[in-house]
Amino acid sequence: MNGVHDMGGMHGMGPIRREESEPVFHSRWEAQTFALNLAMGAWRKWNIDAGRYQIELIPAADYLRMSYYEKWFVRVIELAVKHGLVARAEIESGKPEPGSPKAEPPLTADKVPGMLAPGKGARRDIPGLPRFQVGQQVRARNINPAGHTRLPRYARGKLGTIDRHHGVFVFPDTNAHFLGEKPQHVYSVRFAARELWGEQASPRDAVYIDMWDDYLEPA
Amino acid sequence: MSSGHSHEHDHQEVPSDLTLRVKALESLLVEKGLVDRAALDALIDTYQHKVGPRNGARVVARAWVDAAYKQRLLEDATSAIAEFGFAGRQGEHMVALENTPTVHNLVVCTLCSCYPWPVLGLPPVWYKSAPYRSRAVIDPRGVLREFGLELAEDVEVRVWDSTAELRYLVVPERPAGSENLSEEELAALVTRDAMIGVAKVTMPKLGASA
Repeated sequence: MNGVHDMGGMHGMGPIRREESEPVFHSRWEAQTFALNLAMGAWRKWNIDAGRYQIELIPAADYLRMSYYEKWFVRVIELAVKHGLVARAEIESGKPEPGSPKAEPPLTADKVPGMLAPGKGARRDIPGLPRFQVGQQVRARNINPAGHTRLPRYARGKLGTIDRHHGVFVFPDTNAHFLGEKPQHVYSVRFAARELWGEQASPRDAVYIDMWDDYLEPA
Repeated sequence: MSSGHSHEHDHQEVPSDLTLRVKALESLLVEKGLVDRAALDALIDTYQHKVGPRNGARVVARAWVDAAYKQRLLEDATSAIAEFGFAGRQGEHMVALENTPTVHNLVVCTLCSCYPWPVLGLPPVWYKSAPYRSRAVIDPRGVLREFGLELAEDVEVRVWDSTAELRYLVVPERPAGSENLSEEELAALVTRDAMIGVAKVTMPKLGASA
């Protein structure tokens, strides 16, 4: 979706503000929100792409106003309600509905190391040669899906060169909507800074963007 | 937009009741048997105390002192990093990018906040913020200048936008004058910012206390 989250190349966001000796979490509620997102994810009712899309669905003005973990707080509630783990009324009252059964949490403390260990990841061992070769010129397609995509707006329609081939990965544009993994080849594509931003950019510089096969066409 | 207003936005005001709202949500989910409180504590403890940029610093220092390791790291970063036992969530498909006198790499996630957790821990607020995400791709040299790093015109800047599940670790240049340092001493010099690509690694100033 052409949301405000897709902010590469925008102006007007202000200076970058750094914090000396920044803590991992600034308060207890941030740490709790982080952990709740991971622990609720263990129910496997949604996937990482659906999780990212849920944050993109936060209205633009709220997205810019909210802190990072505030967005995570909204996300975990919306996903839990959407997938039937919690009723909206329960969120509002803070109490389980009378008579609702008590579940067994899929993630217990002893399972945390295993959950964080390398798993299946997003790579899929599926045979098939990549459509594009390293060094080949390609064009990022000009698509504007209303749903989830990882093709940033600033690259659409631009000419690039295949820099590396990374293998076959789950396709977020379908996976986020539970329409299947549609695994396909992913490449790092090199875009000259001048192709993206015009004459104001340095002639030497470049942006490398990871792109799924469906985002590309031969140039 | 007034500049005063945008300052407030960078720190992003947090409603004071979030503490209470999150506590209420956690209690509800525990009561419903959806989450286990000890598991939440274990998750928090992992990222607060066990995983962080010291991991990445050890990888970089090894690459500086061991040419064969560096070769493995640049060819298959996931396996080379796993030699240290650093692996897992948000680091399952790693790529190492070597900075040289002529090429400077910089990592961003314009679409969200993708970051290599097993080697760097959770990202700092600025990395996830709109100012960095919006400008790193269109004005990387300006962004680096804001971090106090001025690159010569003849250095090529490569910005890596983490749009897929690949996660990037910058291997900064080993600082001049560090020839006599041990691997451990080198690791102590490597900063999180240098492994994102917004800083270089520098030697401690002479006379500074050890």
